[in-house]
Amino acid sequence: MSLTFLLMDAPYEQARTSTAFRIVDAALRRKVGVRVFAYEGAVSLAMSGQKPHANAVHGRTLEEEAHPTPHAWVSALNELARENGVSFDWVNCGLCVDERGANEVVPCSRRGSPADFWKMNLESANTLVIPTR
Amino acid sequence: MRVLQIIEPAYRATLEEQDDTVLWFTRAIRAAGAPADVLLCGTAVNYSVRGQDAEGFRVGGWSQHHPPAIEHEINKLIESGARVAALSEDLAERGIQTDSMLPGIEVLSRKSLGGLCAQYDRIWKW
Amino acid sequence: MSKYLLIESRDPFEAKCFSQRCELALALLGESTGVTVFLVENAVLGARAGAKAHGLERLAKAGVQLLADEFALRERGIHELAPHVTAAPLDSLVGELASGAKTLWN
Repeated sequence: MSLTFLLMDAPYEQARTSTAFRIVDAALRRKVGVRVFAYEGAVSLAMSGQKPHANAVHGRTLEEEAHPTPHAWVSALNELARENGVSFDWVNCGLCVDERGANEVVPCSRRGSPADFWKMNLESANTLVIPTR
Repeated sequence: MRVLQIIEPAYRATLEEQDDTVLWFTRAIRAAGAPADVLLCGTAVNYSVRGQDAEGFRVGGWSQHHPPAIEHEINKLIESGARVAALSEDLAERGIQTDSMLPGIEVLSRKSLGGLCAQYDRIWKW
Repeated sequence: MSKYLLIESRDPFEAKCFSQRCELALALLGESTGVTVFLVENAVLGARAGAKAHGLERLAKAGVQLLADEFALRERGIHELAPHVTAAPLDSLVGELASGAKTLWN
């Protein structure tokens, strides 16, 4: 069984991003396969060029701050799926990738189109769209 | 598998995307075989209005060649066989009269939403 | 029985459309149709004991199941819940999705 999710938000902007990752994590831990279609700003989630940073206001060094980078979350979900023996497919909408210059992404993600989303939906038990505002 | 796209926000990034990205997405999945219909509610009921004109966006020496053409998007959806509806209460709140609307848009009351949703297998709220 | 899962993420006191979404939940509820409203993120602000989220109370009285994300409640220091709301782990939402509930996110 698998579930499909469509995400729209760029990282670091909305609570929806972390909620979405928590839901996907929960699905994989329940041994439910997951397909994610990243649309619009969400294509930035898998960008491999994201870097953590120190935080002088927090008084923490780079290592101490351990600032989250969503591409690490995408990779972690892929690993969790592998450990649980279920499928994980992360697809970035190609036109959204092009217009944002988000071409350098983590290897467990791939380029696709809305036609892929429709196919993912047909192959899943259910699909949740998490819209942006 | 029938799909209802409920669209509420409007004019979000439409200038830089040169369309509404949810209307565009709907046309794209319909082209891939999805029997998707559209319900406009909230701010998006304004998409049903005739006379929307987004010409003239410029930044410095850059000028937009193709402003978003929302009416064209809605008409293309209707021409492709999609059912496009708008909520009457949200239209009324915004003073949108039937005679100012694009032809082919169904006006539905909020009271009919229960029955409407029952007709679809997937309901995606945007 | 068919099921609807309405995931509410927005502060119910922020905008008037929350009452419209409550009306939708009631409209979807039927003899053979169950509705669950799952509060996540700032929507859990309506779940605090004493919060004046009358729309939620109406939903509960009508038979809508009201759940609130345990993590979001804790994140916002909400330790006492309105009697009509039950704290739930986020993964219970996965169960509803997997069972085919028609799911809308607000």
